[in-house]
Amino acid sequence: MNPEYTKDQEFLLPANFGFIVFSLFVAVMLNWLPWHGWALVLRPDFVALVLLYWCTHKPHRVGIGIAWLVGIFADVADASLFGQHALAYTVLAFGGIVLHRRVRMFDLRQQSVHVLPLLLSSYAAYAIVHWQVRGYIAWEFFLGAVTSALLWAPMTLLLQAMRRPRRDPNEL
Amino acid sequence: MDDTRTLRFFNRGPSPVARLVFFCVLSLLLLFVDARYRYLESTRNVIAVMIYPFQRLTAMPGEIVGQIGVYFETQSTLLEDNAKLRQRHETDSAQLSQLQVLQAENAHLRTLFELKQRIDYPVQLAEIVYVERDIFKRKLFVDKGSNTSVIEGQVVMDENGVVGQVTRVYPWLSEVTLVTDKDHAVPIQILRTGLRAVVFGSGDIAEMSLRYMPISSDIVVDDILVTSGIDGTYPPNLPVAKVLRIERDPAYPFARIICAPLAGVDRHRALLIVSGLPSLPERPAMQEKTGDAPAQVKKRGNRGQP
Repeated sequence: MNPEYTKDQEFLLPANFGFIVFSLFVAVMLNWLPWHGWALVLRPDFVALVLLYWCTHKPHRVGIGIAWLVGIFADVADASLFGQHALAYTVLAFGGIVLHRRVRMFDLRQQSVHVLPLLLSSYAAYAIVHWQVRGYIAWEFFLGAVTSALLWAPMTLLLQAMRRPRRDPNEL
Repeated sequence: MDDTRTLRFFNRGPSPVARLVFFCVLSLLLLFVDARYRYLESTRNVIAVMIYPFQRLTAMPGEIVGQIGVYFETQSTLLEDNAKLRQRHETDSAQLSQLQVLQAENAHLRTLFELKQRIDYPVQLAEIVYVERDIFKRKLFVDKGSNTSVIEGQVVMDENGVVGQVTRVYPWLSEVTLVTDKDHAVPIQILRTGLRAVVFGSGDIAEMSLRYMPISSDIVVDDILVTSGIDGTYPPNLPVAKVLRIERDPAYPFARIICAPLAGVDRHRALLIVSGLPSLPERPAMQEKTGDAPAQVKKRGNRGQP
């Protein structure tokens, strides 16, 4: 195990509820930006990533219930069917919670590889619902899962950095 | 919270599997109810109002960039635009006067034939708040909702043609399904020949397809398709699409006809919502009237053609 990346063992500030809500809020805002065309196809699902981060790092604070609730809001904002995102995020949160010990054993690069199937299953849940209701699947939709997995490492670093206390008060 | 309750060993509520099953069933139930019965529109409206300010917030960076662009537009471009518009205005007004003559003549002829008078439709301007956020759908949101009495089913167009149809109305927003949305049907007729047909969206932003047209049908490239007004969903004679290419393969009973939407479906910020649909007499058969009703319903219409 690479000691450089095992940030979870070092002392982190307890993630207070406000910070979790704030991070989810920022992720939702990023998802709602007016993405268009190819940017939309390649857009990483920020909400899924942040949910997965909290499900793997604080599995007793953020779980399937919160993921489902966020999904309902995403459904209304996207004008998709009620429960479509909710189902996808439920599947994602379940995967994150079941695998949270395993994922946290690896360094960030290996974590990304572990996160990809979780994201793919979540995307698949969404696509299957769409296929059942409307009868076709846009395959390029799954590219979003790949870009999301690529974004896993930077996003984890960012959130870990925000949770780490400053050792020296004069440190920037 | 949980971290401090050290004495409650292993008591963390239902297991993840139980929660997964519960929330999956709940989602599927919601999906079923929403897809099948549409009971949840009021809940959707409430949540939509709650998240509306945040949605506007996310649309703001784009708007600000647009406004900065407008601010720095040079005088020369403005002058150029002005000259171009003036020229356009003159040609248009010349055509308009001809049109007035024609309209008068047409009205006269229609009274002679005792046909219904065509009416002008009131329009209201709406601005696009954001475009589709889901690659499965061709939808966008405009900033007029039930507060300005937009109703479901109204037609949205720009100056070139039909862009789409209002499919859901929120208090300050409405959702527009574009004509290029997969399987969105528009009853049309071909301007040159008056041939009636239905044009379907393909899910691609630049293409629509004209299905179920026999190989022998009289269609050529560059034919303009206008709404026929049959079925009362769309007002008549709004331009919709232009025929791009035709593949006539004798192995198939139908020709493959690809059309391009005339309206800048993905180009504009401001759109027009057309209100005041023609009130048709009640349909005798028990057929549900929806935005994308099946094709054979529309083909059965028997109103007089111009």
